[in-house]
Amino acid sequence: MTPKRKKRLALVGVLVLGVSASVALALMAFNENLQLFYSPKQITAGEAPAGKVIRVGGLVLNGSVQRKPGDIKVSFDVTDTADNLTIEYTGILPDLFREGQGIVAIGKLQDDGIFQASEVLAKHDENYMPPEVSDALQTAHEEGVNQPKQN
Amino acid sequence: MWNALWKFLHKLASPKYFYNISAKLIPWFSWTALFLILAAVYFGLVKAPPDYQQGESYRIIYVHVPAAWMSMFIYMVMAITGAIGLIWKMKLADVMAASSAPIGASFTFLALVTGSLWGKPMWGTWWVWDARLTAELILLFLYFGVMALNAAIEDKRNAARASAVLALVGVVNIPIIHYSVEWWNTLHQGATITKFDRPSMDMSMLLPLLLMAFAFKFYYASVVMKRARVEVLEREKNSTWVQEEIMGKA
Repeated sequence: MTPKRKKRLALVGVLVLGVSASVALALMAFNENLQLFYSPKQITAGEAPAGKVIRVGGLVLNGSVQRKPGDIKVSFDVTDTADNLTIEYTGILPDLFREGQGIVAIGKLQDDGIFQASEVLAKHDENYMPPEVSDALQTAHEEGVNQPKQN
Repeated sequence: MWNALWKFLHKLASPKYFYNISAKLIPWFSWTALFLILAAVYFGLVKAPPDYQQGESYRIIYVHVPAAWMSMFIYMVMAITGAIGLIWKMKLADVMAASSAPIGASFTFLALVTGSLWGKPMWGTWWVWDARLTAELILLFLYFGVMALNAAIEDKRNAARASAVLALVGVVNIPIIHYSVEWWNTLHQGATITKFDRPSMDMSMLLPLLLMAFAFKFYYASVVMKRARVEVLEREKNSTWVQEEIMGKA
């Protein structure tokens, strides 16, 4: 390689490394703002701003979904396995909403500690399988068979 | 062996040699792409079972995921050929980088649109400003930037230099797109297929996805060569071989 080319190669390397380093620093500085949602644990710890529209994410706690008869108002708990948070929502839930499913709710935290959601989004996980496989896994799980989980 | 490879690369770098060999390669790539796309569509839409949660709507994955992979792959090709053009002043590298940009932009757009169409019924929203979606949108704008620089600067050498620098600056976005779902909490799900782990997808569903990924690679190879051939003719229009090519060998 000629010295000129070597110099240009070094310049390109410095450019890419320099940009990467500065972007990495910027991303670390803005880490909090890049998170889409707060976890119930963060909310319990008081990390979320009060009275502002925020997003909360977590898994819908099994057996926590309560619907009032004759009303579309629904309340459920989300968990990050460390803490729980009760969410109230009036409206239509997305198709994927179910117990055990990850969701993201947009709304405000009230003084009584209940999260009043104006929108609920379902978070899909990365698992894809045919219904039969899912049924088989479910049955195996219920029978308490020690079958390795499909991941 | 290395010597032979080196020789071949040198030969390939000559616009005239590229022009001739690409004419022979394009039909192969095009037909392979078409065959693979048809196979992937058949296995993906007919053979693959529905998903246990999403039912039939998950099938958009067969366009969305390969398109998203291509959007990043083509960007890397563009950045690397751009760097080669900057360092070694290789004309064909400039041509490849310039020809790749619109194709990469199309794949990025396709990934964003299909993701949005899927997001509405599954997530409950067309768009959310999470890290993955935002980074992919930035990728689209990077492609637009490269295309705009190539179009705005009259002198091809200067255009190539400017757009290569932009492409290299934007390279930092590629790992961000890839790791966004791990570094931050996002609405977008994590990776289903990773290099070091078993894919969290049933084999019958995975096969069409991989077929489509290969199909898109061949499609890209074919289209980028077609674009590059036109670009080569344009840039070499004053050379004798192009004159002969256009006027016919007198």
